Amino acid sequence: MKQLLLGDEAIALGAINAGLSGVYAYPGTPSTEITEFIQANKVAKERGIHSRWCTNEKTAMEAALGMSYAGKRALVCMKHVGMNVCADAFINSAITGVNGGLIVLAADDPSMHSSQNEQDSRFYGKFAMIPVFEPSNQQEAYDMVESAFELSEAMKEPVLLRVVTRLAHSRAAVEVGEPKAENPLNIAKESWVLLPAIARRKYAELLDKQTEMLAAAEKSSYNKKEQAAGQKLGIIACGIAYNYVKENVGDNANILKVSQYPLSPKAIKEFASENDALIVMEDGQPVVEEQVAGIVGADYPVKGRLTGDLPRTGELTPDNVAIALGKQAGPAFDTAKNLAARPPQLCQGCGHRDVYAALNQVLAEYPDYRIFGDIGCYTLGALPPFKALASCVDMGASITMAKGAADAGLFPSVAVIGDSTFTHSGMTGLLDAVNDKSNITVVISDNLTTGMTGGQDSAGTNKFEAICLGLGVEPEHVRVVVPLPKNMPEITRILKEEIEYNGVSVIIPRRECIQTAARHAREAKKAKEENK
Amino acid sequence: MKKDIILCGVGGQGILSIATIIGEAATAAGINLKQAEVHGMSQRGGDVQSNLRLSTECIYSDLIPQAGADVVISMEPMEALRYLPYLSETGTIVTSSKPFINIPNYPDQEALMAELDAMPSVVKLDIESVAKDAGNARGANMVLLGMAAPHIGILSVEQLRNAIAVIFARKGETIVEANLKAFDSGVAASKN
Repeated sequence: MKQLLLGDEAIALGAINAGLSGVYAYPGTPSTEITEFIQANKVAKERGIHSRWCTNEKTAMEAALGMSYAGKRALVCMKHVGMNVCADAFINSAITGVNGGLIVLAADDPSMHSSQNEQDSRFYGKFAMIPVFEPSNQQEAYDMVESAFELSEAMKEPVLLRVVTRLAHSRAAVEVGEPKAENPLNIAKESWVLLPAIARRKYAELLDKQTEMLAAAEKSSYNKKEQAAGQKLGIIACGIAYNYVKENVGDNANILKVSQYPLSPKAIKEFASENDALIVMEDGQPVVEEQVAGIVGADYPVKGRLTGDLPRTGELTPDNVAIALGKQAGPAFDTAKNLAARPPQLCQGCGHRDVYAALNQVLAEYPDYRIFGDIGCYTLGALPPFKALASCVDMGASITMAKGAADAGLFPSVAVIGDSTFTHSGMTGLLDAVNDKSNITVVISDNLTTGMTGGQDSAGTNKFEAICLGLGVEPEHVRVVVPLPKNMPEITRILKEEIEYNGVSVIIPRRECIQTAARHAREAKKAKEENK
Repeated sequence: MKKDIILCGVGGQGILSIATIIGEAATAAGINLKQAEVHGMSQRGGDVQSNLRLSTECIYSDLIPQAGADVVISMEPMEALRYLPYLSETGTIVTSSKPFINIPNYPDQEALMAELDAMPSVVKLDIESVAKDAGNARGANMVLLGMAAPHIGILSVEQLRNAIAVIFARKGETIVEANLKAFDSGVAASKN
């Protein structure tokens, strides 16, 4: 049966049909729809497949490893920067090895459509020395999930599944099968205690498995070679790049399609010998290009992102691939003259707006204040009309950067962090600040949801005062306000008091996200109608 | 036969609903489809677009190449202009004529309309007024789809109507009828 699915949805359904027992994830564009699909899926509900959101990518990765330890198939999903958060658990899961199949899904965002960098997760796969799958289309994304679970169980290692935004968020018809049974409970017998003596033995085992992983990639049906008569340029097309290449050259080119790693030096050498030059097409960073250059040697011409034949940054498109292949662009209309950028902005009526209005008003009285921002809708407070933020680096960095700057003497040093980001990675930083009695003011702008990614449940809802008090913030310096224009006098008074307090203060402006509030109102109305 | 369509507008205007309906119609008709969307940050009042590719042949790229789009369907006139380099020389722009101004530096409206009118093939309409007249103020996107229907070609008006009925079915008969009415008024307007 064929179904119209986003790449993300194809992965989700592929996982359910491959006998998944649990998905563990923190929302992040472009990976969010995988977990949302599983949460809404009928079979997943009937089977009780775990799909509740996790507090962050590290807790997700570890819980999935635990499920694998117990013998069941688990999936961890995150956006590329989430790999940094779970890196400790991820790298070490290759040392422990796995029991039930374990897939780590990283959704990369070349061109940074919704991200702060364009790091390439394939580096992580190579770093951890585990197999990596990189689908070129939605059908492969679906099929690869089962292949990856099988390979994971055969190798007893986690497998990394890497997609990019354009696959994650593009729809196509996918031929899907029927759901297979879950694995039975089958608890691992061997020790996963990575004490040095055991870790050394386990690491040696991982190294021994490299030959098998390479053999699996070399005979993978996802990797294939296409040859055309008279062509002497060899095109190495990785993942989604294959589509852009085919769009431009059809069947009239020599193509080595790479969708399963590790990269085969044998295949590259053979392909090089059949051609006069190679060009590497890959979305993201030049991971394969660097390896290919090393395999064929300095005298053999290899083109790609490093040589400037493709742009060094940004995603591949049918157009930049065409240029790299020497195709002349046809006539096109010029860019319009009457055009202005339309950047995203905070919704009208959003509580974050009231928070920034209050902060800007109060802080205007101080000559050298800084507001350290964080990751979420409220990062848009950096843009006009507020222009409020000095930084936005990674999940949780607002509190710790404000602390470090305060340690250095900055006053007032203010952090703005969302509720979901606070529980993701802000709590530990707040404990550091409390223990140091740092002179910072932390604003936890609580909209009761993970807003930017579309309104997923937030792990700390209804727990923020208790968390802050538990971490040792003094009760009189945990203040809750309702961010509405009519409350501005009260909010600004409280802000002023807490900025003037020499120590850690936490102000919690709390009002539901207007998007989720509207959704909840619609749902309530529908439920009422159905009960009539 | 193939049709490459760029759908565009401002986050929240409902372009993804248009994409979903064309997608449903294409799937029902057995036509190959790829539809790249924008999720996440840009949806908050920023410019949004969707690349929609329909073909009886195999479709490789999820993205439409420059000068490749047969139709640009836009919920907003300046957003239609944003994709000129992607419009085929023989392509058509189908757009709402009413600016959505949520930025301080929105271009001069007369100049903008003049630039739009100077394009070889443009259909524009105040879709919000038409939707209101059809008694469905929230159905402007369906009016736009109706206007664009004759230009989509690879799918018939009837196939698109059926898809609207399927997509809105779970919301009840009243919603289906309201959206079909908005769609029909768009189809009628395209003939004037």
